Amino acid sequence: MSGKNIREKGIQSLLFLSGTVAVVALFLLCIFLFREGILLFEDYPVSSFLTNTKWFPTASPPIFGLLPLLLGSLIVTAGAIMFSVPLGIAAAIYISELANPRISSILKPVTEILAGIPSVVFGFFGLVILAPVVQRTLEIPTGQTALTGSIMLGIMALPTIISISEDAISSVPRSIKEGSLALGSTKWQTIYRVTVPAALSGISAAVMLGIGRAIGETMTVMMVTGNSAVIPGFPSGLFAPVRTMTATIALEMGEVPQGSDHFHALFAVGSVLFITTFIINILANYVKRRYRFNL
Amino acid sequence: MPDNFANGTEIEVTNLNLWYGENHALHDISINIPKNSVTAFIGPSGCGKSTFLRCLNRMNDLITSCRTEGNVGINGQAIYTKDVDVVDLRKRVGMVFQKPNPFPMSIYDNVAYGPRIHGAKKNAIDGIVEDALKAGALWGEVSDRLNSPALDLSGGQQQRLCIARTLAVKPEVILFDEPCSALDPISTSKIEDLILELKKNYTIVIVTHNMQQAARISDYTAFFLLGDLIEFGKTEQIFESPKEKATEDYITGRFG
Repeated sequence: MSGKNIREKGIQSLLFLSGTVAVVALFLLCIFLFREGILLFEDYPVSSFLTNTKWFPTASPPIFGLLPLLLGSLIVTAGAIMFSVPLGIAAAIYISELANPRISSILKPVTEILAGIPSVVFGFFGLVILAPVVQRTLEIPTGQTALTGSIMLGIMALPTIISISEDAISSVPRSIKEGSLALGSTKWQTIYRVTVPAALSGISAAVMLGIGRAIGETMTVMMVTGNSAVIPGFPSGLFAPVRTMTATIALEMGEVPQGSDHFHALFAVGSVLFITTFIINILANYVKRRYRFNL
Repeated sequence: MPDNFANGTEIEVTNLNLWYGENHALHDISINIPKNSVTAFIGPSGCGKSTFLRCLNRMNDLITSCRTEGNVGINGQAIYTKDVDVVDLRKRVGMVFQKPNPFPMSIYDNVAYGPRIHGAKKNAIDGIVEDALKAGALWGEVSDRLNSPALDLSGGQQQRLCIARTLAVKPEVILFDEPCSALDPISTSKIEDLILELKKNYTIVIVTHNMQQAARISDYTAFFLLGDLIEFGKTEQIFESPKEKATEDYITGRFG
């Protein structure tokens, strides 16, 4: 084999290795997470983990009930979605269809900068500014509630939702919009009857990824949601402190003896979280792939 | 320039000028377009024929740098005055585009789109859709699958769907912007037959690159060059005894 050929092969293998690093990392992470998590069930029944309504990891005997944490994550995420999805889609429509090009060339990068702000900064803002406002306006004992977390997470999910929805909306071919306008529809009729429906799978993907971002967020929710592991009611639970899966892991991991049941329980919670975000990401990819146009 | 048409005049354009930013794209165009006939715009690429066509339903309004001066009247009504409702104008002056552009929805919904936005009664829509698809010579091919996606149709069928969609809002004029340039010869001949059928009830203006097509289907032909209307007359006259040297050169294939 000539020297040139060896170099070609070498470069190819090197790039192949780089390409597979992410896959290998994901694979190893899965094995590690699930192995440590499954060890919990040697001492603690799966059914109790899934159905017990209490999370008392330091009681004796300890109780590791997933439900308060899972529902805590869900209520905070649901709240975030309820306000960030309409707002995000509206912003995306404005940026891609209505704003004049000068304004959208400012708005788009600015929303993307929002994505780069560290979550601890959001958390700090939520704790110092938003929580007291929530407490005062709703006249409740503490401002560290699911609602506060929802608002912060909603703001944090906005850049993802705006940016991906905007891409989907502006990739709707101009010819289709012109076709609608040429039939005598107004700009707004064209947007909500043609453009947005045509971009719907991209928009759904944006929403999914936004949800994924919100469910996995740790630092901010830990700082603003009060971290009390009780099953939240709905909607009353929005106005009370909750504890999410992510916050639980972050708060307790530092204090547990390695190899204890509590340690394994946290990994089991982590596995549930991982599976949840994994499914959401797969769904997002699936709906995203369906919106390509062949025009 | 002919202006005593057998069926009367539909569109009157006087001294129309158009600029894209600094670029003066149409120079002082004046032309009368007859009712219930087919008028073809021909000319080399970039001569302004499509731009001019898009003045007739004010599609150029969508381009921010575009500015027009002069008068265009459709059926005696000026369309560039301030009080004109562009939405209403586009309902009266329909347009079929170069590339078929059906909406990504069902065949039925594509045709029903126009009537729905213009407030047609729910129980009237089935009838409007059927009539429009029949008039668009597509009914026989799709009547058993109205709910399947429009994008599953062939290119020629998609273009006839776009024509049917335009017919469903009952326009007076239909503008065709090179409607066959993306189609095969068989689909093209179906569209041409359809256009000949449609001129009984509508005024048709068609931009085409294909001179045989202009000769086959049009009653009148206008030849554009570099933003000027060079010559306009009966199609036989333009093709057999053009008055202008440039027209003759273009038609005999010396440039273009």
